Amino acid sequence: MDSQTRLGLYKTMVLSRSFEEAILRDYHADKKPAWDIGAGLIPGEMHLSAGQEPVAAGVCAHLTADDAVTATHRPHHFAIAHGMDLRLLAAEIFGRETGLGKGRGGHMHLFDPSTHFSCSGIIAEGYPPALGQAFAFKRQGKDRVAVAVTGEGAANQGGFHESVNLASLWKLPVVFVIEDNDWAISVPRDSSTSIRSNAVRASSYGIRGARIQDNSVEGVWDAAKTAIEKARAGEGPSLIEVHTVRLWGHFEGDAQAYRDDLGSLIDPIPAYASQLESDGVLTTELAGKILKEAKRQVDDAVEFAKSSPLPSAADAEKYVFA
Amino acid sequence: MVLIDTSSASVTTRKLTTAKAMVEGISQEMELDQSVFVLGEDVGAYGGIFSSTTGLLEKFGPKRVLDTPISETAFMGLATGAAVEGMRPIVELMFVDFFGVCMDQIYNHMAKIHYESGGNVKVPLVLMTAVGGGYSDGAQHSQCLWGTFAHLPGLKVVVPSNPFDAKGLMISAIRDDNPVVYMFHKGVMGLPWMAKNPRSLGAVPEQSYEVPIGKASVVRTGKDVTIISLSLSVHHALDAADELATQGVDCEVIDLRSLVPLDRGTILESAGKTGRVLVVDEDYKSFGLSGEIAAVICESDPRLLKVPFARLAVPDVPIPYSRTLEYAVLPTADRIISEIKHLMG
Repeated sequence: MDSQTRLGLYKTMVLSRSFEEAILRDYHADKKPAWDIGAGLIPGEMHLSAGQEPVAAGVCAHLTADDAVTATHRPHHFAIAHGMDLRLLAAEIFGRETGLGKGRGGHMHLFDPSTHFSCSGIIAEGYPPALGQAFAFKRQGKDRVAVAVTGEGAANQGGFHESVNLASLWKLPVVFVIEDNDWAISVPRDSSTSIRSNAVRASSYGIRGARIQDNSVEGVWDAAKTAIEKARAGEGPSLIEVHTVRLWGHFEGDAQAYRDDLGSLIDPIPAYASQLESDGVLTTELAGKILKEAKRQVDDAVEFAKSSPLPSAADAEKYVFA
Repeated sequence: MVLIDTSSASVTTRKLTTAKAMVEGISQEMELDQSVFVLGEDVGAYGGIFSSTTGLLEKFGPKRVLDTPISETAFMGLATGAAVEGMRPIVELMFVDFFGVCMDQIYNHMAKIHYESGGNVKVPLVLMTAVGGGYSDGAQHSQCLWGTFAHLPGLKVVVPSNPFDAKGLMISAIRDDNPVVYMFHKGVMGLPWMAKNPRSLGAVPEQSYEVPIGKASVVRTGKDVTIISLSLSVHHALDAADELATQGVDCEVIDLRSLVPLDRGTILESAGKTGRVLVVDEDYKSFGLSGEIAAVICESDPRLLKVPFARLAVPDVPIPYSRTLEYAVLPTADRIISEIKHLMG
């Protein structure tokens, strides 16, 4: 892999983390001293993706804005890696009229026609719409692909199995991605899933399956390259499961008392920085520049969001129908 | 766009069953618009269990008429995703009773995307589904459930009762930029293997036309009492009105045709004219369509009614299997006559 590509993956991950750190700050800033989930500049549930950036960066490096991504309730890293406008993303999270959904959606319901991005707050239910996008792309005779993302908990849901079977049957240009972060909220993978690798489930539906064990962005990049090239070439769907890590809670406010692995988690971003530095691709100075640029973009987006108007209460019933 | 009202159906003498009228509507739109396609269970070689897609596979081929696996969640979501990318799917859920295995894709996804996206993403699709009982198919294959779908924001809901409306509403539904739930009662389809009311066969123009979504039809004018109904119960209401006319009672019959949007104007106008309202609904009684219409009248002006509002709906029990029990709960012409006589004092 060339240095530019590697630096690109690193930049994407840093941008995503910087964005979420900013959201984290503002999310908690005005919920104290009595913590109220519905209060503050950013109300509601907040599922952050810190630790899972390698999955999004590695997959989306092979996509263009013409390709579709359907993500989960934890969508920011994929939204950012797929090139969503940070201002529109931030404004939606802050519930502003200038947001992607004009404040009607929120952070679990991001719909961006310009990057064919969507996400769903319902486990495994982002898979079926991706089939439809892939179906439309195939009918249009173009080599566009749809990437459908879920967590490992979703692989026990009917929607997952129905979708993988149908995509295989109809040879749809879909790449299924499973982010295995070990935890379905508080239930560990070993207590929910009867097999160790969901790549096995892929082969049971007659498609290629791969499992990346070490949350390596380059491992994801390699596997995604193969899967996406095959989908573009009309060779049907593939599945990639990545053993990744959820550095923070299921949602903000989750004390994670059920978790005994917190002391052993590896943050993939500094780990990748060290690797790039030892390979002579990244210097401390360059890393600083990359971080500074990421923060500049994030600050701009958050400032845009905070200075944007809230939707008018009189318009609450607008947009139910086209 | 050609708008034709039911009154001008007399310009044609060609008669079709409701099923054939539906298929003709689909077929004409598929010819016009390459983005329209049909998918669902047994919609291909079988032609739809209730003949809603007969002949389409032969005419348009397997790329546009697709049999799916019994994976309702997957293919409902597929329809939504394809619609988001500019296609116009017609997806069939064989029986509305099956919605339980795929409702998330319907009410959380296809219905909400337009709103959640602030109007930036449209979902133009038709979800067509068979409803209704009367032929001893039991509690899991006989429900109407239109009140359930109409309750959830983001879905238009249409329920044709006759061939003319079936074709026109289908064409309107396909052209609509929203998800439209198109619910056809098996008893109005004119199927050769099921007892049918003669109203299941009717005049249908050969050209393409739209019946507007959201517009009820006054299918019989009268001055004494208003019967508000939809689907197969409209047939029963008209039969009852014919009989009551011989006894000196002049019934007005309204076929709602659309539940979302609901034509409140036509309901209120007729209620104001006759002062007596009976709602006939094959869906469950409580928390549904009949209560909604009572609310529409009350919210406008309860003094519109000279006598208390009345409703004939399926009591809150699962649809029974045995014929005597099933017909003890379904609306029938006899039961409508009895209710009207009560209303007339």
